[in-house]
Amino acid sequence: MNIVACVKQVPDTETLIKVKPDRSGIDETGIKWVMNPYDEFGVEEALRLKEKLSGEVIIVSVGPARALETIRTALAMGAERGIHIVDPALDSADPFTIASALAAAIKNIPYDIIFCGQRAIDDDCGQVGAILAELLGIPQVTVITKVDVDGNTIKVTRPIEGAQLIIESSLPCVVTAQKGLNEPRYASLPGIMKAKKKPVDVKDAASLGVSIDVKAKITKTLPPPARPPGKIICGEDPAEKARELARLLREEAKVI
Amino acid sequence: MAKGVWIVTEQRYGTFRKISFELASTARKLADQLGEEVVAILLGSGIEGIAGELGKYGVDKVYVADNAVYEPYTTDAHATTVASLVKEHDPSILLLGASAQGKDLSARLVGKLATGMATDCVDLKIVEGKLLASRPMYAGKCFGEVMVSSYPQMASLRPNVFPVVENAKNASITKVDTPIDPGQLKTKVLDVQKDTSGKVDLTEANIIVSGGRGMKGPENYVILEELADILGATVGASRAAVDAGWRPQKDQVGQTGKVVSPNLYVACGISGAIQHLAGMGSSKYIVAINKDPDAPIFARADYGIVDDLFKVVPELTKEVKKLLE
Repeated sequence: MNIVACVKQVPDTETLIKVKPDRSGIDETGIKWVMNPYDEFGVEEALRLKEKLSGEVIIVSVGPARALETIRTALAMGAERGIHIVDPALDSADPFTIASALAAAIKNIPYDIIFCGQRAIDDDCGQVGAILAELLGIPQVTVITKVDVDGNTIKVTRPIEGAQLIIESSLPCVVTAQKGLNEPRYASLPGIMKAKKKPVDVKDAASLGVSIDVKAKITKTLPPPARPPGKIICGEDPAEKARELARLLREEAKVI
Repeated sequence: MAKGVWIVTEQRYGTFRKISFELASTARKLADQLGEEVVAILLGSGIEGIAGELGKYGVDKVYVADNAVYEPYTTDAHATTVASLVKEHDPSILLLGASAQGKDLSARLVGKLATGMATDCVDLKIVEGKLLASRPMYAGKCFGEVMVSSYPQMASLRPNVFPVVENAKNASITKVDTPIDPGQLKTKVLDVQKDTSGKVDLTEANIIVSGGRGMKGPENYVILEELADILGATVGASRAAVDAGWRPQKDQVGQTGKVVSPNLYVACGISGAIQHLAGMGSSKYIVAINKDPDAPIFARADYGIVDDLFKVVPELTKEVKKLLE
């Protein structure tokens, strides 16, 4: 089984995001970069399937030079090789352009399943997996918490509002991973050592034949709207504080 | 030239989901500024009868495709039909809900229509004839203003944020053919396992009562369940509580869980890690109950109580019960 796992390098969830004074983006100083957590679930699932069914896991990432670290992390977890698409013109690309670059890199390699995170926790777009599936002409199953491969089909679990769907899809397909799919492993020390020698192909947009035409442009990045200062509710005892809170929620906020 | 503000509505079992009316109302507002029509797409099986309801929220025209192939929802069937209608009519704007179904469908449509989309928007306006979207990024740690330069300009709307506004129109209803052979569909829904708790999903809840590490153990969530029952709320949890195995994954609020925007968010025993604040920061009112006065959650809260949650929450349940009776 040939499996592709797409990964993106993003700021760690504990990062305090600061907007640049000119509002052109975020200030990257001091950011700790990690593999997008949802992509990590995809890498883990890819490795588990490979271990069960044999085959190869190829990691594909679009990102600046630093993203190589994230590819190496996935290789250290157990993937065989990587493709790093690095091009300054892709740094501010939109999901369609990123998916086009991924599709161009993936269409030339064999694949049965492609894993992506259900969204990246930086731009939160959640579009790339589905666009990639469309560009490759294969089905998608998104936001998945369970995967079972059976011959040429895959059975997955997809939570939606108030229900869980059990979906069957033909292969090849794109699966976007949701938390709950698995518990990703840590890279072992021998794994880290081995990863240094694993091959990573470097490509740019031109070598992939991808034209860069950003259609959804972030024109401004802004800090979140300020919240008015809150009120600490005082009182003699918990009962009195609770009574005052209930009153405020009813009379002032009018939310109950 | 591209013209018309289009929406893809969402229904389950023949009943519109609220997001459909949020989409219609928002589209009406944008269309009035542009001097264009609001057109809705309705897909499903045995749903023709409900199409007229959309007129109440400002829809001028509804395209209805009524066919068994649309139930239950599959990406293939829905995306193929929507894309073919959109290509035929060339709307200027195409809006969907950022619901489970809407996210899956809208992203596939971006691929099919080779356009751009602003995901999970919290504000939309028209600036110089173009759609300008405002959306949280980094789960709300910052916001991006997005402009789409291709047509249709797509955006998905975060549920529960855009108001539903009545604006009665006599919506014309047009039946459309289904360009799909069911045998060609590559995905199939084998089973729908309904959540029998009767609780509204966190992403759609008006009120959320949430508990974190301060709950001390899974057995103590019963006091939050009791408060939630009185309030008609859904119970959520912090990452700490989920990672400890106290609550199921689907209850997690935060950057790697659900991003929520209820009218009221009651955080109990939640210190307010950055990734949690990101996930619930757009709630209209935030209440924090925590015994640590320095907990970062208080900086975000509209109302804070510094005290033992095990004493405050049961009292709050009693008080709310009194008020609501």
